Amino acid sequence: MAQRGVRSLWRDFAKQPEGILGLSILILLIIATSIALTSLPPETFREWSNPTYWVRYPKTAEPAWVNFFSSSKQPEHLILQQPAVNEDVLGEFRRVTHSYTLDYSYDDFPNDINFNYFLNYGATPPQIELKVARPDGEIFSLGRTTAPSPPAQLAVYRFNGTISSAERILRNTVLQQSSKPNCPVSALNDTRANVLIFQVSCDKFDEGSRLLRGRYTFESSFFLFGLDDRVQKTELIIGGKVFGFMGTDDLGRDIWTGVLWGTPVALFIGITVSIFGTGIGLIYGVASGYFGGKTDEVMMRFSDIIISFPLLFLLIIIAVSTRMTLGLLIVILVVFGWPGLSKVTRSIALQLKTLPYVEASQLIGASSRWVMIRHLVPQITPYVIASVALSVPGPILTEAGLSFLGLGDPTLPTWGKILNDAYTFGAGARQLWWWIMPPGVMLALTAIAFVLIGNALDKVLNPKMRKL
Amino acid sequence: MGLGRFVVTRTLNLVLVLFAVLFLTLAFAGPATDNVLKRGVDVYVKNDIASLCDKRNPPSFCRDANLIKQQMEEIKQREIQNLGLNDPWWSPKRLGYSIFSLATLNLGESYFLRSYGGSNVVRDIILEALPKTILLFTTSTILSLIIGIFIGIRAARKPGGILDRFISTIGVASGTLPVWWVGIIAIVFFSYTLRIFPARATPLIPPTDPAYIPALLYHMTLPLLTITLLGFGSWAYLVRNLVIGIMQEDYITVAMAKGVPERGILYGHVLRSAAPPVITVVVLSLSGSLGGGLITEAVFDWPGMGRLFYTAIGGLDIPIIIGLTYVYTAIYLASIFIIDLLYGFFDPRVKAG
Repeated sequence: MAQRGVRSLWRDFAKQPEGILGLSILILLIIATSIALTSLPPETFREWSNPTYWVRYPKTAEPAWVNFFSSSKQPEHLILQQPAVNEDVLGEFRRVTHSYTLDYSYDDFPNDINFNYFLNYGATPPQIELKVARPDGEIFSLGRTTAPSPPAQLAVYRFNGTISSAERILRNTVLQQSSKPNCPVSALNDTRANVLIFQVSCDKFDEGSRLLRGRYTFESSFFLFGLDDRVQKTELIIGGKVFGFMGTDDLGRDIWTGVLWGTPVALFIGITVSIFGTGIGLIYGVASGYFGGKTDEVMMRFSDIIISFPLLFLLIIIAVSTRMTLGLLIVILVVFGWPGLSKVTRSIALQLKTLPYVEASQLIGASSRWVMIRHLVPQITPYVIASVALSVPGPILTEAGLSFLGLGDPTLPTWGKILNDAYTFGAGARQLWWWIMPPGVMLALTAIAFVLIGNALDKVLNPKMRKL
Repeated sequence: MGLGRFVVTRTLNLVLVLFAVLFLTLAFAGPATDNVLKRGVDVYVKNDIASLCDKRNPPSFCRDANLIKQQMEEIKQREIQNLGLNDPWWSPKRLGYSIFSLATLNLGESYFLRSYGGSNVVRDIILEALPKTILLFTTSTILSLIIGIFIGIRAARKPGGILDRFISTIGVASGTLPVWWVGIIAIVFFSYTLRIFPARATPLIPPTDPAYIPALLYHMTLPLLTITLLGFGSWAYLVRNLVIGIMQEDYITVAMAKGVPERGILYGHVLRSAAPPVITVVVLSLSGSLGGGLITEAVFDWPGMGRLFYTAIGGLDIPIIIGLTYVYTAIYLASIFIIDLLYGFFDPRVKAG
């Protein structure tokens, strides 16, 4: 069987529809892994459990695509970070403008508006001004401030500030500009700045929707007085109710990002444990069967002991008393994961070692190690290839269960961890389906993919099964 | 090796693993337990001194902060001595005592969890939860076994037929789904959307009420349905594989040639040969589902050992955690032991190999 080439193995495998299905799912998972590793910012992985990293994101937002299935379009949460930049030199100082243009065509007002800026400056603090040009031609000033004076001894002072619709000052400024002679304050029943900015002027209140749709331009101007002063970065966040491909959780974390990051973590756990466990089981079983006698007896008793350990409880005890890390988890899963296979490989080795060519090799004086590595292991390998695939889901599901109990590696974005968060935040009772479904579906898909591939391999490599 | 020796090695294995697990449990939880106990002593001593000094005629040392400190340290050392905390957890005296008291189910008192009767003895709390776990998981295993055997045999009659392919798919898919996740989905759908079943499986009335048992059974429906529906697929798939494998044996062909009717072959010859592996998987999955049901129970809020474990983990109630680990391990090992013995009786090759 070992002589059969990879090509003929693949031909047989391709005839198994379940194997092809499993392989297709696996390819999707590998694509998800490569998207996560190449295009997601690494901070989203490191800072997954740090709520301050996620403040720019909306809390508990539905996926953006629910708008396709709904008659009213919920405002999408917009994080704009690529402004049109312009710089003028006006005598003593420079004026840098960052302007953001957006088409607002939703059926509801934004939740809030935040403008963040990051400045470097020397002795004279810059001035900041924010304006918005509305589709109806009106221009609202959203405030003018001066950055704080730097502590005297610093050459370069870094400052980041925010202009937010939640501030009372901004609200009053906008309220003053919205109320005109024909438009008293009393006529405006909702006086939040984020509503006023996106509302038609009040003489048009009777013409249907109060929401003013169209093109808005937010223009920020920075007046810089030092030659080395810089506007490092600005960002405009229009707070909405829907966001991204899979929405966000209660802390504002993007579920899609978390689910994508969960893929490499899960595959890493599953495949590492499976390969090391199978390798140890293969060699252990072969050695036990080959040496036989007392050695065999002792080795099999030892594997019996390992196999009867209640692994989940051991993991719980360890996690409760020390801090669980990914590495520790993998080591424990490998240490307790190999004995099942060693029984199988031992019984095959028992049969193989009586074959004439093995005895011949022994008679010429080959060492036990040589016989095992050159004659026994290559013969047995095909039998265990299927079990490599079949033992991938176990560790992944164990990790998920442990993380769901809140006992996994607390920093990693894993599917079990996301489900644990969903459970503790009561996502079930609140029917936040976009928080519960994706991680579980990914878990199920991963497990099914490897079981399908393993079963197909088993049928290809183990002829007795092929009749089934 | 004879059957006697087989039983002896199995028993030795059982005892060895049990002690190894207990030792590891104490090794990992021991230091944590010590810290918790010492912190408890601190609180106790502080309260003690405070109540002494709050009296109308406080003892003389209450006037001097240094004297108070000295007094506290003295009481603390005495308490630590009394509790045996001055020896480390691995000292032979404490280790021996801990393992002995675990083995005799003398599990001490919980930190904060209570039984319904208000007892804080770990044994009472666990023994109260144990029957409920057994009720849910034994019922669901038996139900899914019956459905599984029935459907598995039907599927095996026509290998490659529609039912067969359907069962194979269901068997693979449902066997790999995490039950607790499906449980969450089931609760969202049946309890919150359709409002058919209660979302929490713990009845609101106390266990002393005569209406408790029907209420408990009603609350059991959703978890029972979920576990059974997820379970029967794998059973059917297992039975199907076994039956198809046995159907290819020569003695079945002979029986067919003799003209034994199909039902007679299936239920007479095939099922009899398939029984030992099925029994193995039944016992293993019974004990396995107890452990795997830990998270499922927590999700459904079923008042068994799993939820108790979950609550104990949440509050770091170490005596309960150690006690439950011991009980689960004992059940698990006992079932492995029973399977080994059954196999030893049924299959002569086991004794030889």
